[in-house]
Amino acid sequence: MAPGSASSPSPSFPALRPWAAVGAMAAAAAAGPSPGSGPGDSPEGPEGEAPERRRKAHGMLKLYYGLSEGEAAGRPAGPDPLDPTDLNGAHFDPEVYLDKLRRECPLAQLMDSETDMVRQIRALDSDMQTLVYENYNKFISATDTIRKMKNDFRKMEDEMDRLATNMAVITDFSARISATLQDRHERITKLAGVHALLRKLQFLFELPSRLTKCVELGAYGQAVRYQGRAQAVLQQYQHLPSFRAIQDDCQVITARLAQQLRQRFREGGSGAPEQAECVELLLALGEPAEELCEEFLAHARGRLEEELRSLEAELGPSPPAPDVLEFTDHGGSGFVGGLCQVAAAYQELFAAQGPAGAERLAAFARELGSRYFALVERRLAQEQGGGDNSLLVRALDRFHRRLRAPGALLAAAGLAEAATEIVERVARERLGHHLQGLRAAFLGCLTDVRQALAAPRVAGKEGPGLAELLANVASSILSHIKASLAAVHLFTAKEVSFSNKPYFRGEFCSQGVREGLIVGFIRSMCQTAQSFCDSPGEKGGATPPALLLLLSRLCLDYETATISYILTLTDEQFLVQDQFPVTPVSTLCAEARETARRLLTHYVKVQGLVISQMLRKSVETRDWLSTLEPRNVRAVMKRVVEDTTAIDVQVGLLYEEGVRKAQSSDSSKRTFSVYSSSRQQGRYAPSYTPSAPMDTNLLSNIQKLFSERIDVFSPVEFNKVSVLTGIIKISLKTLLECVRLRTFGRFGLQQVQVDCHFLQLYLWRFVADEELVHLLLDEVVASAALRCPDPVPMEPSVVEVICERG
Amino acid sequence: MEDDAPVIYGLEFQARALTPQTAETDAIRFLVGTQSLKYDNQIHIIDFDDENNIINKNVLLHQAGEIWHISASPADRGVLATCYNRTSDSKVLTCAAVWRMPKELESGSHESPDDSSSTAQTLELLCHLDNTAHGNMACVVWEPMGDGKKIISLADNHILLWDLQESSSQAVLASSASLEGKGQLKFTSGRWSPHHNCTQVATANDTTLRGWDTRSMSQIYCIENAHGQLVRDLDFNPNKQYYLASCGDDCKVKFWDTRNVTEPVKTLEEHSHWVWNVRYNHSHDQLVLTGSSDSRVILSNMVSISSEPFGHLVDDDDISDQEDHRSEEKSKEPLQDNVIATYEEHEDSVYAVDWSSADPWLFASLSYDGRLVINRVPRALKYHILL
Repeated sequence: MAPGSASSPSPSFPALRPWAAVGAMAAAAAAGPSPGSGPGDSPEGPEGEAPERRRKAHGMLKLYYGLSEGEAAGRPAGPDPLDPTDLNGAHFDPEVYLDKLRRECPLAQLMDSETDMVRQIRALDSDMQTLVYENYNKFISATDTIRKMKNDFRKMEDEMDRLATNMAVITDFSARISATLQDRHERITKLAGVHALLRKLQFLFELPSRLTKCVELGAYGQAVRYQGRAQAVLQQYQHLPSFRAIQDDCQVITARLAQQLRQRFREGGSGAPEQAECVELLLALGEPAEELCEEFLAHARGRLEEELRSLEAELGPSPPAPDVLEFTDHGGSGFVGGLCQVAAAYQELFAAQGPAGAERLAAFARELGSRYFALVERRLAQEQGGGDNSLLVRALDRFHRRLRAPGALLAAAGLAEAATEIVERVARERLGHHLQGLRAAFLGCLTDVRQALAAPRVAGKEGPGLAELLANVASSILSHIKASLAAVHLFTAKEVSFSNKPYFRGEFCSQGVREGLIVGFIRSMCQTAQSFCDSPGEKGGATPPALLLLLSRLCLDYETATISYILTLTDEQFLVQDQFPVTPVSTLCAEARETARRLLTHYVKVQGLVISQMLRKSVETRDWLSTLEPRNVRAVMKRVVEDTTAIDVQVGLLYEEGVRKAQSSDSSKRTFSVYSSSRQQGRYAPSYTPSAPMDTNLLSNIQKLFSERIDVFSPVEFNKVSVLTGIIKISLKTLLECVRLRTFGRFGLQQVQVDCHFLQLYLWRFVADEELVHLLLDEVVASAALRCPDPVPMEPSVVEVICERG
Repeated sequence: MEDDAPVIYGLEFQARALTPQTAETDAIRFLVGTQSLKYDNQIHIIDFDDENNIINKNVLLHQAGEIWHISASPADRGVLATCYNRTSDSKVLTCAAVWRMPKELESGSHESPDDSSSTAQTLELLCHLDNTAHGNMACVVWEPMGDGKKIISLADNHILLWDLQESSSQAVLASSASLEGKGQLKFTSGRWSPHHNCTQVATANDTTLRGWDTRSMSQIYCIENAHGQLVRDLDFNPNKQYYLASCGDDCKVKFWDTRNVTEPVKTLEEHSHWVWNVRYNHSHDQLVLTGSSDSRVILSNMVSISSEPFGHLVDDDDISDQEDHRSEEKSKEPLQDNVIATYEEHEDSVYAVDWSSADPWLFASLSYDGRLVINRVPRALKYHILL
């Protein structure tokens, strides 16, 4: 900084004007720490404290140098910077200001401002004086400093010059030394090269002996490494006689080495890893890889076949075979482990062989694998009959898991696929086995029921009730089904390695378990049940009727609840989720219902037949022409009623009551009167007149017009009333047909009358529509009357008395 | 093509016996025997005029008793045999006799329209089949192809072969055989096979079917438990010599090959009550007619076990190529057995059905209330069989 420049602000200092001081003061206030206070707010007068004044002075300086924070921030300094009346503004015009003052202010105010202004001017003058003094002192000290600096620099320049000359000298010396040493350096380099060469040569010359030593010591790896190192050089310099000799020596030794290695390799006893090492060394010796491949595999084959033989020995013709888990463990660790090692070693050693080598290995693995699988399958086949699924599944799991490693190594050999196939096959066979088991269980249940039914009854005691038997059968079958499901479910357990195969996820669940096992069983159950309706039942006693009834109820229960329950259970357990079509519940239910219906119908037929036979015999064997006047109801009729009651009880144990027509209350009395007096008289009366036959026909025909055709062997519904109706219909129709084949005397007719009334009294309660019984019995009596040359019916009251007595 | 409506004829009495007039091959004529204990029984000769759909009847009195079975001679239109009940002092005995109807009725002379009831004519008795030693006659069958000189009757447990001599005026017992066994064995029905030179007869008793050789009167086969219950009737296939149909109280119709009697060839179970009658059509043996006490008559098409299992085989020469092609096509697939029709015109048990001997497409059925219904095979089926 030049010392003269310090005085430059003074001439243009704007605050010299008296009025400008007011503005400067205001500006200082504005730039102060409290920007919110206006110029008029300042409470301090011009005679305020010193620090305050200094600040004002600083403010003005700043203003002068354009450093005011307000201006730096671009903020307007006052209310209007262009205002000419602003004392501190840049555009201050004293004339205008004066004018304004004069115009606006009263005299007193003018006076005040004048004194104020004078005071401010004075204060400004003193401020300025202070500033000038202060600045002057600083200028003087600065000038002193600069003078001292000038002296110091001059000394430094001299020293720098000296340094430069010294450096030049050093450079010169260095160049000279380099030039002198150049020659020697080259020679040293050459000597070092020669030394290295000599060492190599020495290695070469020593090579034969080293190799021999290595071979002797058995350090084949070392020997092969040496040989590998020397090979190229010897090859290159073989035209030199000395090298030639070395090379020959080496070759001889190497050949011996190879010989020994092969020997060791062939002996084979030393385990797969050492063999692999041998092969590696031989390969390094440049032996033909192809041949080695073959040999390697042949050796491996020998070992693996050993394993297979031991496995086969375990299978044996009939030894106490170890359990299947142990067997698969052996196979897994022995054979599969060995195969894995071989495959891994092979792939490592003969990677260079390319696809042909891989193909050879795959073929090798395929062949041995298939033999292994054959053994495993034989073992598993022995297991087929057994009941323990969990052991089998665990064995299969091990087997399958073990084969995953070689499967990954040798994708081409298809071992994993084959293993999965075996597992699937076993699973299928298992399902078949369980289906057989279920069938057998069902048949067993039936046998039990038969025995229970056939067991001699203790007098007065009914033995196990039908309902109880039914419950037993149902629960036993259900528990068998559940057990089978649980057993089969092991195949799909999460921790089993093959459970995520597509077969086990899809087909096994839907086709195997749901369709094959469950649906198959239900179907076969229906078939078994239906077979009771066919040929053997024809002869009567083959199937106890109670069994038919029980099976029918069982099938009906299946239709209503059990089937859907079982299938839901299956679906839940096995999450059937593939696209195979499955038998819907409704179809199965329909089948079960059909079976139940057929069984029940057959039951009706069988029971109807029993009663029919009784009635038929009773009609056929009696001499109706010469019978005596009836005094009793014939015993066979009582028997019929008894049997019907027994059947009613039996059916009632298993089937609900069913609906009958509403009119049944107290109907025996009512219909009796209708039946015996008006109708009977009406029908028989014309028989006495010569023109009768037409009328009889007419009457019976007219009556038939109003009654529906009776379907005798019509299908029945699933309730007691319907069953009983069916049986009674069959029986009465038989009675009718038999009566028509006979000729009756007067008392014969009366006996029929009595019998029919007795039946009427007791049978109506069993049937759905008692009209039916009336109709059929009417028909019987009418037919008997027609078959009687002398039809004199008995008095209804007498009939009633006899029946009540009987 | 509408089928003709059935023709119904009502008798005044109960009736069970029905037969076509076997020797008549031009006119459609059936004989019906009535059952009445109080009045004179009758034999109605029913002539059916196919063109006009009209029935003409002639009534013959059969005063001997109520008729349980009737059969007509295959050789002489005027000769017939009946089994009838004779009641005498609280004893009922079923006898059999051979009768001759008046000459003018043989060929179904038209009844005089003005009065039909004035003088019912009477049958002329030719001879009795003396059964005093043998018991009740169940049925009488004529040798199907012969000269009407041989008949067989079944009486209780005896099978009796009679020779009719001197223009049927005398019946000589030629040979007999009887069934021995526990209990009361009783023949229910029998048929004479038209095959093997008419040397075979089949009978039914209880649940068993038996075949007999008429030359030696010895049993040649036996089907035990042919039906679950009583066998009611049987019939021979007229075209297949070993085939036999039977029916019974188990509501079934079974077809047998008598060379292998362990299993029926086929079983039908269409009726809902006892089947009383089964009849093969005389020329088209796939048509089988059954009548049952469920009041229904069922016509079945048993084509698979008939003599024409592939339909009618047409001679190649007779037809043009086009037809040939068509028939070949038709004959390729075996036809299905099925029920052709169920006839429900009856309101009481049907005890007899039979085909007409003159028109193979026509048959009659008789129910106990005396209603005779004449029906035809549906035309569509008829043409299907013929073409």
